[in-house]
Amino acid sequence: MDGSLIGSPVRRKEDQRFLTGRGNYTDDINRPGQAYAYIIRSPHGHAKIKKIDASAAAKTKGVIAVFTGDDMKVGSLPCGWQVKSTDGSPMKEPPHPPIAQGKVRHVGDQVCVVIAETYAIARDAAEKVKIDYQPLPAVVDMRRALESKSLVHDDVPKNLCYDWTIGDAKAVNDAFAKAHKVAKIELINNRLIANAMEPRAAIGDYDRSNGDYTLYTTSQNPHVIRLLMGAFVLQIPESKLRVVAPDVGGGFGSKIYHYAEEAIVTWAAGKLARPVKWTAERSESFMSDAHGRDHITHAKVAMDKDGRFLALMVDTMANMGAYLSTFAPCIPTYLHGTLLAGNYATPAIYTNVKAVFTNTVPVDAYRGAGRPECTYLLERLVDVAAREMKLDRAEIRRRNFIHADDFPYQTPVALKYDSGDYHTLMDKAIRLSGWDDFEKRRAEAKKRGKLRGIGISTYIEACGIAPSAVVGSLGARAGLYECANVRVHPTGSVTVFTGTHSHGQGHETTFAQLVAERLGLTVEQVDVVHGDTAKIPFGMGTYGSRSLAVGGVAIAKALDKIIAKGKKIAAHLLEASESDIEFRNGAFTVAGTDKKKMLGEVSLAAYVPHNYPIDKLEPGLEETAFFDPLNFSYPAGCHVCEVEIDPDTGVTKIVNFTAVDDFGRVLNPMIVDGQVHGGIAQGIGQALLETCVYDDNGQLVTGSLMDYCMPRADDLPSFKTGTHNVPARDNPLGVKGCGEVGAIGSPPAVIGAVIDALSPLGVTHMEMPATPLRVWQAINGTKHRKAAE
Amino acid sequence: MASVTITVNGQKRTADVEPRTLLVQLLRENHGLTGTHVGCDTSQCGACVIHVNGKSVKACTMLAVQADGASVTTIEGLADGATLHPMQEAFRDNHGLQCGFCTPGMVMSAVDLVQHNADPSEQEIRDWLEGNICRCTGYHNIVKSVKAGAAAMRKTKTKKK
Repeated sequence: MDGSLIGSPVRRKEDQRFLTGRGNYTDDINRPGQAYAYIIRSPHGHAKIKKIDASAAAKTKGVIAVFTGDDMKVGSLPCGWQVKSTDGSPMKEPPHPPIAQGKVRHVGDQVCVVIAETYAIARDAAEKVKIDYQPLPAVVDMRRALESKSLVHDDVPKNLCYDWTIGDAKAVNDAFAKAHKVAKIELINNRLIANAMEPRAAIGDYDRSNGDYTLYTTSQNPHVIRLLMGAFVLQIPESKLRVVAPDVGGGFGSKIYHYAEEAIVTWAAGKLARPVKWTAERSESFMSDAHGRDHITHAKVAMDKDGRFLALMVDTMANMGAYLSTFAPCIPTYLHGTLLAGNYATPAIYTNVKAVFTNTVPVDAYRGAGRPECTYLLERLVDVAAREMKLDRAEIRRRNFIHADDFPYQTPVALKYDSGDYHTLMDKAIRLSGWDDFEKRRAEAKKRGKLRGIGISTYIEACGIAPSAVVGSLGARAGLYECANVRVHPTGSVTVFTGTHSHGQGHETTFAQLVAERLGLTVEQVDVVHGDTAKIPFGMGTYGSRSLAVGGVAIAKALDKIIAKGKKIAAHLLEASESDIEFRNGAFTVAGTDKKKMLGEVSLAAYVPHNYPIDKLEPGLEETAFFDPLNFSYPAGCHVCEVEIDPDTGVTKIVNFTAVDDFGRVLNPMIVDGQVHGGIAQGIGQALLETCVYDDNGQLVTGSLMDYCMPRADDLPSFKTGTHNVPARDNPLGVKGCGEVGAIGSPPAVIGAVIDALSPLGVTHMEMPATPLRVWQAINGTKHRKAAE
Repeated sequence: MASVTITVNGQKRTADVEPRTLLVQLLRENHGLTGTHVGCDTSQCGACVIHVNGKSVKACTMLAVQADGASVTTIEGLADGATLHPMQEAFRDNHGLQCGFCTPGMVMSAVDLVQHNADPSEQEIRDWLEGNICRCTGYHNIVKSVKAGAAAMRKTKTKKK
């Protein structure tokens, strides 16, 4: 597949419509006769609903209906994963009603929906709904959740969802007993809000003539929504439910899950026999989109006298929020605990994860999902280890990396890495970033009164989220293969139907490159269709950097079938033996001759089968393939961050950022680079700017873009990127995935740099985000302490 | 209800709206111009930036009635027929967009920057775009796009002269 299109920075096909304002996002869609829903949300973190009086609202001119939890008694929003505690008991899985049933459990919980002729009428009428709440003490701080007298769910003792472990505790304890040195760390992985720029929206539609439902929704995986909502919440068979996810304005994980509003508008559309539209205001997004991260971790590593890692022990508490979101329980376990080997040949690893319920918005995957949390604790711990051993931070990593010739490598925590070259990745990053002559720059900055620091991190990611058998054994309740359908039209143009979904990743271009290359077409001749359950046979969607690694291979497999059938047709047309037919550059040729038929001629014969082997072959040229890989794919990389801190203000400025990654085979380097940039920006956001704050009553303090600090253009530098791509051994296309790595690798590099800048002052620890206040306090706290001494 | 007449993308259009209607609502809901997006409720994100009488404005911070009589350009009116505006072309050529949601506001804002400053530096571009949030690109390629777009706009201007 190494032709001219593969590896080429083909400009994106989707850009024309986005650049001219002709994108088609959910809120751009309006259905005839559409009504509008406004959702009344809980203002309390935890409260009983004593009474709802909606009579005045219902009588308002233009109001069509007001529904409460008493009206909408449907199935619970389901969780897609089942995690078992160490004692074998299943996780606690309390019901998650789309509209609260007697109790609200987080600020933003759905209490009532007002449906009216216009959104303004619905919103105004909502003010007339009288809701009598009896506030209850809120469980907010994870550390106190286990001992709290207040329970988020009455039947979940200690607010404990599960208590999970992986690894060999005895081997780890033995190693610690004989360790030369032990390095320890305690840290928080700050809670984040994805804030895709397009707020969530949903339109439910109901066809009275045949009882069919259609849901238009801002989703990364429409088939998954159809399955979850149809089968578990509303009991609508797949055949009667179509889910369309049109253009979607970013997801970053937050649009994977099945949300209450999707069920509410679909259900209400059926009740009212007219379309019902809901669009989130940004402040609603803050209190209803699943949040991310939110771990507290204690970790320690045992080392021998040379700084080689003997064992790793990690204890984590993970916040689930008030209810289990679709993927939530797997994030701190299978996407976190199993990654704890990182890039290192640590022989023994043991980890315990306690997941707790709190009166906060549900927490689920956000770009990287578990792997950023894992990488952050590991890389921060390795920095501490380097300090303990008085080793250079790059050197301690070099000593402990898995060697390039040790692949495939079985880690002590379930995963088997198929390929990689971590030494070369780091060496390249060190060269590109100027790591070795950093001290000169530190000294120069000092003359200007600035504190300069440098940080390094390495990471590995398990992505291409699939192996159904593997994820099934880990608790997934669904398969995670992918599906593709390739339709060669009579005149030779091609439509590809993919079960993945593009919400910024550029699949319409990348997949077209893949198909055009194989079939000898131009990118323009290949149309990629995604996001509609009525058009695409099936799909598991886009998350976990899986679209190319799993969905792309499904397309390649469908192409194999197309070419195989095309050869049969061509053999007939050319009066040759099938085994003599070669397919190259869009032509079926009889080997060693100039006799050939172009793809268009073969497809025309397939659809106009006048001269056709009809006794042996069906007409038509369209094939479907499902692909379920045998292993994850394992991108890896090294990030180096350089910062300058103004000691007077505590403001940290990123002056250099370098990322060198291994993505395996790359189809479109321009798109890959863009994915890396975006991921790094989100990682820098986590490290320096973003955090989600609740007060003790469960009030969301950072509830708008005025309060939650999103990275702006003037907060970030331009990035230096490089690659050292080692084709994936266990992926038929050799690809690994690139969507999440930026957000995984960058936070520890940034914090490492901040600590390094402050290290002359004796600072050894910094929590995220390293805001000017925190940094200033670290600087001045140390000064004051020194003066006191 | 109030009657609001604006010239939008060269066409005179009138609509009756509630006085509280925002300009962005008028464009999206009354005039079907859905290229202008709403990404927040606090005038932070800039997805709704358009030009009112030639200057960039967040269409969510202005009432429709305030625009009565104004000339408005939205992203739909930026290209010259099938030919993209140099700034649009630059965004495509430099991969300055991913999900496309912030893009209309970003492009409209960038065009206004170049009207003020024909050759902006990287820092000037980053400062100007402070009111436009993008969650996908990390701004790296947006900055590159605006630089290239500005250069292309300078060239076009010279040609026209």
